[in-house]
Order: sequence, then C-alpha cells, then structure tokens
Amino acid sequence: MTPILLPCGDSAVTLQFGESVDAGANARIIALAAEVEAASASGALAGVLDIVPTYRSLLVRYDPELVRSADLGERLLALASRPPSPGQAGRLWRVPCLYGGEVGQDLEEMARMKGLTPDALIALHSGTDYRVYMIGFAPGFAYLGGQPEILHTPRLPKPRQNIPRGAVGIGGQQGNINSVAGPSGWRFLGWTPLRAFDPDRAEPFLFRAGDHIRFHPIGPDEARALEARSAGGETIVTPEEIRT
Amino acid sequence: MSLEILTAGPMLTVQDAGRFGLRHMGVSPAGPIDRAAMALANALVGNDPGAAALEFAGPAGRFRCDRPVRFAVAGADCPLRIDARTVSPGESHRLNPGETLTVGVPEGAVWAYLAFSGAIASPEVLGSRATHLRSGVGGRALGAGDRLPLGEDNPEAPCLRPGLRLEAAAPFRETGPIRLILGPQDDHFAPEVIARLTGCDFTVTPQRDRMAMVLGGVELPAERGHDIVSDGTVPGSVQVPGSGTPLVLLAESQTTGGYPKIGTVASVDLARLAQMPVGARFRFALISAREGEDLWIARQARLRRLLEGLVARPEGLLRSDYLLSCDLVGGFYAPGEVVRPVTRPVPEDRP
Repeated sequence: MTPILLPCGDSAVTLQFGESVDAGANARIIALAAEVEAASASGALAGVLDIVPTYRSLLVRYDPELVRSADLGERLLALASRPPSPGQAGRLWRVPCLYGGEVGQDLEEMARMKGLTPDALIALHSGTDYRVYMIGFAPGFAYLGGQPEILHTPRLPKPRQNIPRGAVGIGGQQGNINSVAGPSGWRFLGWTPLRAFDPDRAEPFLFRAGDHIRFHPIGPDEARALEARSAGGETIVTPEEIRT
Repeated sequence: MSLEILTAGPMLTVQDAGRFGLRHMGVSPAGPIDRAAMALANALVGNDPGAAALEFAGPAGRFRCDRPVRFAVAGADCPLRIDARTVSPGESHRLNPGETLTVGVPEGAVWAYLAFSGAIASPEVLGSRATHLRSGVGGRALGAGDRLPLGEDNPEAPCLRPGLRLEAAAPFRETGPIRLILGPQDDHFAPEVIARLTGCDFTVTPQRDRMAMVLGGVELPAERGHDIVSDGTVPGSVQVPGSGTPLVLLAESQTTGGYPKIGTVASVDLARLAQMPVGARFRFALISAREGEDLWIARQARLRRLLEGLVARPEGLLRSDYLLSCDLVGGFYAPGEVVRPVTRPVPEDRP
C-alpha cells in the first residue's frame, strides 16, 4: 500500500492510500495525520494550514507563500514511508441511544426489511464496535464504519428535510450520529442526547477520526435527563482509553 | 456603538477571513467569496484585511450608525447613497448618526463588500465571525432590525482611496480563460472529456450560492463512475456528480465529498469565476500546480501593494461626490420593494 501524491489545486495536496473503504489504510492515514500535525506544530514542516484525514487519503492544505507543493509532497511521502507505529492508544465512547420513537422513525421498517424484530435489530446495532473513519460533511459529523453486513441499508431515494441533531442512522454501509440538524437521506434508528458538536461548549467537538463508538439502549426518562444535562453545556460521556 | 440594519437584501452576511484549522472537524472555513475585494473594503476604512465586514449579493440594504464611522464598498461598482447624496464605491466615506446609507445592487459582478471603520464586533464562534449559512455556525443571513456591534476606531483617521486611479472598486478582474489544475480524480474521465474543459464554452447558471456554483453548457461524464469513497475537498474543487454537470465549490463548501473532482480552479482565478454574472461564458485553461502557486504568490504581492498604496482622499466642502450628487440618477434599491433573491441555492449535498 504505497501512497500516491495527487494535486488538489495550488494550495492543497492529496496523499492517496487507496480508493475503497479499508480499515488498515484508514488507520495509517489517521496515524500519518498525527505525524504531520506534530511536524507542523514543532516547526519542522512550514506552511501547513489544514490536515484532513478521510476514508482513503490525507488532504493537506498549505500556504504557497511558505511552502511549495513539490517540497511539501516529498516531505509527506517521506513521512508516509516510515513504518507505522503499532498499538496506538485509542478512545472508546459509550453512546446512550433512545431507539425507535419519533427520531428513530425507521426502526420498525428496517427490522421488517431485514426479517428481524425491532429488539433484534437494536441488539445488532448496539452490539457493534464502530470506528470513526473520518469527520466531514458538517461540523463534528462522524462517519462510522464496521457494522455487520445485515445492517447495510441503502439511503432513501428522497432526502427528508428536517432530521434533528443527535439522530442515529445508517446510510449504505456507514453509520452516523447527526451533529447538526438538517436534511438527510439516511435511515434513522434512534436518537442520542450526546451532542457531537456544540460550539458553545468548552470542548466543541467530541469525536475524532480513529475513535471507537458503542451504542447502548436507554429509555425515554433517562434520555430526557441526559438531554437536560447536555443542554446545560455538559459533556455527558467521557471516553475510555483503549489499545487498538 | 452599533450598526443598525433598516432593510436587508436577500444575501447579506457577516464575513471575516474565515474559520481556519478545523477542516478535520468538518468545519467549512466560510469567509468571503472574493477575499481581495473584502481586504480592499477593509483597508479603505483602516481595518485589517481580514476584519469582519458585510458581504452581499443583490442589494445590501439601508443602514444607520449611532456614531460617526467611515465605510467603503468594494468588489463591484454599486449605487451608493448617503441620504440623497450619491457617493462612489472603491473609496471610503463618512456616515454620521442620523444619516441613512443605501447600498444597491453590484453591477457586472455578484458579490460585494461593505466595511465599517472599527469593523463588525459580533461574538466569535470557533475563533471567527464568519457566517456559515448551511450549518448556522457564526449566525444567519441578516435582516431588517438587526443591530451589529462595531469595534473602536480612530475618528481622526482620513478617508482613503487607491493611490492609482487604475485600481477600481473591483480589484484583479482580469480577462481570459479560468485556469484549472487537473486532479485529484481526473483519471475518472476519458481524454476526450478532459479535452472539453479547454475546447468548449462553459456557462454560469443561476444555481449558485455561497457553497457552490453549477456550470452549464458542457457535460463531463466519468467513465469510472460518479461515486467515489469520500475524500477531502477545497474551495475551487470542480466536482462532477452523476448528472455530468460540474459544480465548483466556493467559500462555504463542505470539507469532504463523494463525487469525483476533475480539477481545481487556480486560487488566483476562483474569485473572478465566482463574480461572473449568470449567463457569462468562459473556457478553462490547464496549468500545473507550480504555475498556480507562482500566479498566487505574484497576486498576493500585488494585493499588498494595492493595500499599502492607499492614500487620503481630499475631503473639502465642495466634494466632487457632492457635486455629482446634484445630478441624481435612478437605479437604487427602493425601501419596501419586494426583492427576489438573485441566487438560487444549489441542490443539497448529502453525507
């Protein structure tokens, strides 16, 4: 898996590791993002403005007045050619989820599509160890991979207009937690009072690429109580340190 | 010390340099569509180039201040009036309490900037005052009755204009093809489709907003398909969804996307493309990333020279702008007039 350098205009380069969803490639991309970040922070790598790990590549935005793509590209390839350090420390978030109800409007229909009871579908969804492949699309929007094939569900042909923040859904082979309210063509199983993004909170973003997520079912009373704490600016879940 | 908005056009927002360093958290930088134009408007009133100012498309509206301020409009020629008196864009003027500033529709361009001395001092969100309309980060489009706080300014400072009269209100509006750097997914397109980029006329369609502009006139089918596993995007990315109709991402673009990107508009030409009116025709010219960098470095040097070369404007009693105002012409935004948005949103992208 040798990465290749692709031009992305005159102020960004893309270091591509593959063209498909691949957990190994994604883990290397996330580790490389941390190394580029460290090199940039220490001043060893000048002119870097943004470092964006995605499913399959690392996008690095730069200031052409401080560094040229030819030099930056060589430095990135050199960093990428070093063997990845094994056994990175990771974080696991245990995310409370109120399954079904108004926000989880697709739970029963999805269970029917898959020949399961709603409870069996909930058990599958909450029994999965998800990994955050990337943050993108909207502030704090986590793309979750790793769900069993039976949960893969095509997007709706016509997106719905007003899906609330906290909606927990499935789009194709990916899972997500809606970080802001907005239109979406994904199907939704439930809702979490955990806010992935809150610009007014001391820590505006919760998840980063490489984090692990497990959902656990909660009832309406607990959901209401947790939502009240979230609304007060509290981060209601603390991640656990894990070895990956 | 505040700015009162008496009436607002359909696309009036607060922008500053933008919200940087958070792309990996899915945060679009927002900020101005035409960075050089906003820098000029700010510099004309003594602000930092990236200070918070108003961006507008269509009429900006009518404004009043509760302290004397200097203001300037840049990005396009626009009808400007203080009460009944006409003044010119591209240089700064004084607005006193009790006077009403009326800012009309940008002419021959789409996006223009209205800066006030002291700059807009609305609260920062994630380190910036820039408005990202789709997520609501940094606020919403402004409306009648909104009041915006203004920062401190120096009331003794002069009104400014560019040192060279050649520099108009719209800086760096060159002609010629829009330069494009191929990639990162140009390999999804057959050579004859790549050739259409330089061999066919593209048109600017009415489907445009702060996020993107949809191009017409040429279809760009991707032989390897129009769905890719999502990767990073930048302002200037030319995405080609399944319709084959390219769209160019602008300041408010999302940070990642699932459509192949045939190329990226050179930084030096992105504002010029975004400023083209609906119906304008253009072609692309292919350049290398290195050439794009060279052009950008030269442009930044020119912008710095323009901003450093501003000079004090004579402010006598018989000001030329006053004399010109004795022959008032029409074309102003009438208060209460029903305004149709000049832009239509592009279709929602999906996660």
